[in-house]
Amino acid sequence: MEANTIRFIRRGELVTLGNVPPDRTLLDLLREDLGCTGTKEGCGEGDCGACTVVLAEPEGGRLRFRAINSCIRLAHSIDGMALWTVEDLAGPDGSLHPAQESLVQAHGSQCGFCTPGFVMSLFGMYQNHVVRGEPITRERAQAELSGNLCRCTGYRPILDAATRMAEFPAVPVDEAALLERLSALAPQVPSTGYLAPTRLADLLALRAEHPQAQLVAGCTDAGLWITKLHRQYPRVLDVTRVQELRRIDPWHPGPDQPAGLAIGAAVTLADAFDALVAQRPQLQTFAERFAGLPVRNSGTLGGNIANGSPIGDSMPLLIALGARLVLASARGEREVALEDFYTGYRQTVLAADEVVARIEVPGPAEGEFLRAYKISKRYDDDISAVCLVVQLGLSDGHVARARIGAGGVAATPVRARQAEAQLAGRPWTEEAAHAAADALRAEFSPISDMRASAAYRRQVLGNLMRRLWLESQGVRGINLESFRIEEVTE
Amino acid sequence: MNAREKEFTSSSGGGPGGAADAGERNLAPATVSPHAPAGSRPAVGSPHIHESARAQVAGRATYVDDMTELKGTLHAAPILSPVAHGRLRGVDPKAALDLPGVRGVVLAGDIPGDPVLATFVHDEPIFALDTVEHVGQVIGLVVADSALAARRAARQVRLDIEPLPALLDVRAAHAARSYVLPPVTVRRGEPEAALAASPHRLCGQLEVGGQEHFYLEGQVAYAIPLEQGQWHIHSSTQHPGEVQHWVAHALHLENSAVTVECRRMGGGFGGKETQAGHMAVWAALAARKLGRPVKLRLDRDDDFMITGKRHPFAYDWEVGFDDIGRITALKMAMLANCGFSADLSGPVADRAIFHSDNAYFLSDVEIASYRCKTNVQSHTAFRGFGGPQGVVAIEAIIGDIARHLGLDPLAVRQRNFYGVGERDVTHYQMKVEDNILEPLVNTLARSCGYAERRQRIAQWNADSPVVKRGLALTPVKFGISFTATFFNQAGALVHVFTDGSVQLNHGGTEMGQGLHTKIMQVVADELGVPFERVRVTATETGKVPNASATAASAGTDLNGRAAQYAARNIRDNLAAFVAGLDGCGAGAVRLRRGEVISPKATRSFDEVVKLAYANRIQLWSDGFYRTPKIHYDKVTLTGRPFYYFSYGAACSEVAIDTLTGESRVLAVDILHDVGTSINPAIDVGQIEGGFIQGMGWLTCEQLVWNEQGVLTTHAPSTYKIPATGDLPTRLAVALWPEANREDNVGGSKAVGEPPFMLAISVWEAIREAVAAAGGDASRLVAPATPEHVLRALGGVG
Repeated sequence: MEANTIRFIRRGELVTLGNVPPDRTLLDLLREDLGCTGTKEGCGEGDCGACTVVLAEPEGGRLRFRAINSCIRLAHSIDGMALWTVEDLAGPDGSLHPAQESLVQAHGSQCGFCTPGFVMSLFGMYQNHVVRGEPITRERAQAELSGNLCRCTGYRPILDAATRMAEFPAVPVDEAALLERLSALAPQVPSTGYLAPTRLADLLALRAEHPQAQLVAGCTDAGLWITKLHRQYPRVLDVTRVQELRRIDPWHPGPDQPAGLAIGAAVTLADAFDALVAQRPQLQTFAERFAGLPVRNSGTLGGNIANGSPIGDSMPLLIALGARLVLASARGEREVALEDFYTGYRQTVLAADEVVARIEVPGPAEGEFLRAYKISKRYDDDISAVCLVVQLGLSDGHVARARIGAGGVAATPVRARQAEAQLAGRPWTEEAAHAAADALRAEFSPISDMRASAAYRRQVLGNLMRRLWLESQGVRGINLESFRIEEVTE
Repeated sequence: MNAREKEFTSSSGGGPGGAADAGERNLAPATVSPHAPAGSRPAVGSPHIHESARAQVAGRATYVDDMTELKGTLHAAPILSPVAHGRLRGVDPKAALDLPGVRGVVLAGDIPGDPVLATFVHDEPIFALDTVEHVGQVIGLVVADSALAARRAARQVRLDIEPLPALLDVRAAHAARSYVLPPVTVRRGEPEAALAASPHRLCGQLEVGGQEHFYLEGQVAYAIPLEQGQWHIHSSTQHPGEVQHWVAHALHLENSAVTVECRRMGGGFGGKETQAGHMAVWAALAARKLGRPVKLRLDRDDDFMITGKRHPFAYDWEVGFDDIGRITALKMAMLANCGFSADLSGPVADRAIFHSDNAYFLSDVEIASYRCKTNVQSHTAFRGFGGPQGVVAIEAIIGDIARHLGLDPLAVRQRNFYGVGERDVTHYQMKVEDNILEPLVNTLARSCGYAERRQRIAQWNADSPVVKRGLALTPVKFGISFTATFFNQAGALVHVFTDGSVQLNHGGTEMGQGLHTKIMQVVADELGVPFERVRVTATETGKVPNASATAASAGTDLNGRAAQYAARNIRDNLAAFVAGLDGCGAGAVRLRRGEVISPKATRSFDEVVKLAYANRIQLWSDGFYRTPKIHYDKVTLTGRPFYYFSYGAACSEVAIDTLTGESRVLAVDILHDVGTSINPAIDVGQIEGGFIQGMGWLTCEQLVWNEQGVLTTHAPSTYKIPATGDLPTRLAVALWPEANREDNVGGSKAVGEPPFMLAISVWEAIREAVAAAGGDASRLVAPATPEHVLRALGGVG
């Protein structure tokens, strides 16, 4: 087999491609190398969804379907998976798949350029929900399609199409046959340029051996370094196949402490948030507002943490939850509190031979009062101007513990220790909340940029503490998310 | 009542719909058969699916970048100015040329024709000559084997630029008398005296931001040199004719040497009216220099940096009014931020003047319009074309009057409406002859429960500590026709082949708005054949020449009529032929349901076509249309610039969060006038899509230039158009059931732009909510981002 070979299943056939550069994107492979131009490039940065394709891989004995952005996904990362593009859904006689027919019937395409991406997101929803007998509600459609932008329709017909897919004759993927094909694929010949080990020990050895190799996970940020900064990577080290990093395990920090989660660094953001939401249902909307589903399906929690961006929303949350990182190298493992991981703008304590192995997140303790707030210009799939997550341990009207994580207010995600100090050990009163709000405003020197001014950020930090107080007192209807149509029309 | 007269409604949620008997008339689009059974009813009036929908969902609709490339095709990428204003002293491309795969660099010296584009004011250099005037101005191109190689190399070109002071703020530009075109003033009556005599007066300022088009398909052109000095250009353009002229101008060729083709665009919205021409000129210059086909597809970030946007506006106004809120005098200065060149700024600013009345009679009025030159991208056409910037100002003023007097803003709006038979002449001296404002707004106000909801919301707000709600119902009156009268002409070709199949070609372009579908319906009915027999081919300057831009909402009005006339010629030929066969008058021959029926015989259309061909009857024809009645004086801006007006109204309910300034649009009811709909599904799609786009303009879409003049919202990561979660829980659309009172194709009215301004109801509803929270609504700056709302609430120190 040639060097740098990729193999995947498409239209039931094995596709084998040789000599694919390690930094080739999946979209360029499709459009330029294979001449499959049905998949579109809208932005080249994973924000518009026009390039959405669907991948499937075996997971826990069944197929796991994921809609992803092909523009910032590395082609090699799909080795061993099944791939569908918009050209792959119609039957041999030209009959359209329900994801397509429903969109046609609902008048869901106008200029048609976003359409292939919507079709593929709908196909992903079809396999993940319709085939499993789960209804697609309008709310689910809004949440799962938030990573696909349309400039023509205003979305109403597209959401209609999503909710009506089940009304068309069923066209499920033959999962059993495909599983068999995928498991029959021979193990990949180790590549020279694209290194994708499957065991942690191998990853750590390769990391030590190739400190210059670009470490990648889902590539939802690193992909932009290729498409926008035009960087070239002759050698890439992909962590996403490492079995030890793909697991979510219960984590027992100690006796008398609630069970938490140990989330492998290569677990996708979608799966990681699912696990976090299962423990803390109030995080549901916060999780859904993190990027769009195609990004959550590719990006990993470890990647979001390790690339050190000051604007990721998972860090303020994890700081407030008291998460710790386990860093691994061939030399061994060490732990660090998440807030101590960052040393400056996109700077971390990670050594050249080290990787983030897993994230240990304590479980909810008795009396936990947790709120995660995100302020952005757009509700969905936007970067926070301000992100504030507050975890209080309330007991007998007192604040037993306080942990506050903040984003968008400094060069790194930060822990608001001064505000915490205003609360910890004190009675939980309006005055205490007020003092904490003042402390929050005083604690940081946010910058002014295209997302918000420093003055706004500072003001809102404190105002969110005000909201937290009101919510803790059971005041209802103080949050736009709580609105439902009944309240509007009745 | 036939299908064409039936009111078509669409609703995305429960609750009160657009009409009392909405249940019966709620034709949810997906339950409508996409194809009327062949021949069972006319194509016009049916909700036919978009002619490309099936190809689009299967990935088989071809856009320019999808075309199979000719052997030897090269790719170009632009070299951009990093400086907002400066003297360009030198360009050193060596580092770029040394990179692998790079084939050449194209600069101003490589232009054989005029290096400055001359369409408007002759102020826009093809490549920067000796100065740069905005960050992102194109200085030249790098041409390479791949787009990525060209883009990578373009960043390596060294530029020697001596910075000069830059004007970035529209008010600063106005103060410096920095204009791309001279100021224009439209005046009627004695506004100063009327102001002095007014019982009440208010004055204020307003700032309204621009808007990036964010067509999903970025700008692209593919230039192919042919033999004997001829050129074929594939362009994603709303105006193939202008692309043709520009390429010929730059290459120093006659127009006849250049053919431009566009099958479809992946969205246009005005952003591919003039802007697309630049890509084509650049690609052609590169192709000429390298002697190879060249494709230029802008990276999305470069597209943001290079191309113009909706004009941001600033206003200073003073209004006089009486105790019931009726306007007695208005003086307004409108400052259009035009960017570095004129482009379409003249007609855009003119249209803003024409729409600063919106639905309201202004007796004594002066509108002064300043076309300010700043060192940013050259702002351009965008859906509404200045109309929204006119309408938003007068709606804001009326809202402020109502709040000042403590009156219901809807009542104040209604009191100011144009009258019927009185108070019916606009400030530009056009009589409003087709006024349906009063009945349309009353119908919507009743069906959406405006009065009761307004009361309920006031009560609710009184008890709500953090969230406040607002409700507003605003009308739209939008003038249809290009204000440049000569653009209001169109041509079409209809070919009937010997098997009875029909090919249609016209001068309009398809950007998703369903133009081709509608015109196919018109042609099908004219020939009496099923919709499926008609095919449309790519818009091409070699087929229908001298076509106007597909713009001003007039695509169907103009090209639809031209195509109808072309088809009518063929129909007449066939009818005369059959009349000869059957010995009857041609007027007695009817073509319908795929049949040709004379008093004597019924034959299939295909059979008649075969016979006619054998008898040497012409089976193809052109058609030509020019809009009647219109005229206006370009200097005084008076006359009848518009053939007719389109009307509509929307009622929006919003909620704001007074702790953060965030807002949500909760429910929207729309009643809109498209005349007799040619395709109700497409029209509803235009209304909903236009509304959501307008909502984006006024809420989440914010363009931010930093102090160096760099657009820092340069990609969808930082520039946020509405997403799925922004769709209001209820968005109910109903169509006004009355034909166009002017003679227009199928009795229809234009629909592309007018619904955009329905979203001004959202803006006014947010201002109502700000006022309900004790804030100063008149301080709100558009777009109503969380920060702007919190500032209007006085919540940012």
